[in-house]
Amino acid sequence: MVFLDFENDIKELMEQLEKSRAIQEKGKVDVTKTIAELEDNINKARERIYAELTPWQHVQVSRHPDRPYALAHINALSNNTFIELHGDRTVKDDKAMVGGFGSIDGKTVMFIGQQKGINAKMRVYRNFGMANPEGYRKALRLMRLAEKFNKPIITFIDTPGAYPGIEAEERGQGEAIARNLIEMMQLKVPVICIVIGEGASGGALGIGIGDKVFMLENAWYSVISPESCSTILWRTRDQKEQAAAALKLTAADMLEHNLIDGIIPEPIGGAHSDHESTFQFVRKEVKKHLTRLSKMDAEERIEKRIAKFSAMGSFVEE
Amino acid sequence: MGWFKRIKGGITTSTQNKKETPEGLWHKCPGCKQVTPTAENEANLWVCAKCGHHQRIGSKEYFHILFDDGRFELFNEQIFSNDPLHFTDSRPYTERLEETCEKTGLHDAIRTAIGTADGEKLIVAAMDFNFIGGSMGSVVGEKLSRAIDRCIEENVPLMVISRSGGARMMEAAYSLMQMAKTSARLSLLSKKGIPYISLLTDPTTGGITASFAMLGDLNIAEPGALIGFAGPRVIKETIGKDLPKDFQTSEFVLEHGFLDKIVPRKELKPFIANMLRMLAS
Repeated sequence: MVFLDFENDIKELMEQLEKSRAIQEKGKVDVTKTIAELEDNINKARERIYAELTPWQHVQVSRHPDRPYALAHINALSNNTFIELHGDRTVKDDKAMVGGFGSIDGKTVMFIGQQKGINAKMRVYRNFGMANPEGYRKALRLMRLAEKFNKPIITFIDTPGAYPGIEAEERGQGEAIARNLIEMMQLKVPVICIVIGEGASGGALGIGIGDKVFMLENAWYSVISPESCSTILWRTRDQKEQAAAALKLTAADMLEHNLIDGIIPEPIGGAHSDHESTFQFVRKEVKKHLTRLSKMDAEERIEKRIAKFSAMGSFVEE
Repeated sequence: MGWFKRIKGGITTSTQNKKETPEGLWHKCPGCKQVTPTAENEANLWVCAKCGHHQRIGSKEYFHILFDDGRFELFNEQIFSNDPLHFTDSRPYTERLEETCEKTGLHDAIRTAIGTADGEKLIVAAMDFNFIGGSMGSVVGEKLSRAIDRCIEENVPLMVISRSGGARMMEAAYSLMQMAKTSARLSLLSKKGIPYISLLTDPTTGGITASFAMLGDLNIAEPGALIGFAGPRVIKETIGKDLPKDFQTSEFVLEHGFLDKIVPRKELKPFIANMLRMLAS
């Protein structure tokens, strides 16, 4: 298990719990009571710590290596019916962007998401969740496929940003994201987007135009990562905590400013501490909104989608 | 006698008799260091006569270049940023805004105007780089959206002149969502079949490239402009290698298939007017 720097109390209690369990297994001393107490204390510590996370701590949780990534969500939500489809039909298959059909309780859905690697080797294979233009084009191809067969789309956003590289620029990273924005606005099928971890900038928005946009409780979503913001505005990476606060990037902040449609709760202790409960929360929200959105007329959905994004902004007119 | 001993004094003119050169009479080209009289530079549309370097000009100059007889109507001028996130870095965003408004005489990083170019009616939205790097916040998004809506209402073609570093960090997610907002309005314009010409100038990067700048029916650029998604410094740091020589120039982007044409400033107005006529007839 990986513990974050502010989870020290939990870590110590967990270590004690392990030891107690080992004693219990030997069967010479009865420590049932101690174990129960420890478990209770762990829950209490989690509750206490997670009740008042700072914006930067939210960012840390969103990047937790044990956090469920897109494919984990997709497999859970589709009950392992997911069939991954590959390639953008132009250049190659981007491993940082996954997509394909799956079924939720008998209804077929197009799943799309940015995928991070689950270990050191896979992180490189997935390019740390940073898609290239072909990733965004693959996503758009699959969305078009869903539209053709009238299947709703669910996207899982989890990226530190679109990849900044030579080939990405050569193949039009900007154009690929821009194209997705305008095309997703006019998709005739329901689109639900969920920021499950990191929602960094245009790279996140590139699959983030939906009738409903949700964030998991500990996810973050903004125009830039706190580190990069700190580098640009304070000329040092050390102000990342201050930058995280200034950017108002937490789910609660985003909802307060009407820039997302809702927050999906995470179990106490964060999604990494209990995958199953996280999936249950997501399933509940997704099913509810899929039903509602499916009842609407396509034109009405598009109109509302456009009206929602058009209303985003804050200014004064004199 | 030492040959290095100075016999004659250096500057002998007394301060009172000194002749001042008035400020702004001359312009030095940042490209080739050629010095030209300002009037001549202006007559040449702020393009170096010697090396062809296109200087960074603003909305005022583009309106002057594009609209017939310098006549045009500015609209939605009175929209101002209101610092929704109460953003403070080294100093408050509101302070930065006030100072920039005063220094530039502008209200934000974009101005929108309607007029005719060689008799062809069009709406031009031009960005000003000297307003916080031409960055896009809520005001830029709103003014551009309203310009697009007016194009739809009055069935007038749209031209957007981009010159921007990208999103305005002090408006964080609001700024990000302007990419979505402007794309939403453009999707409606496109449905109506109204032409949209996007002109990319030096520099056009970040969220601007990843939204409206790359969504023109025609994407054109000025010669030698920096055009890209990620900034060159970021890419260099990420890959840890030097970048190719012409990387992210207009010419590079044209070669890779993301621009329709590179149009020098002098040919801009006739090109636009001609293209609009071709699309209309």
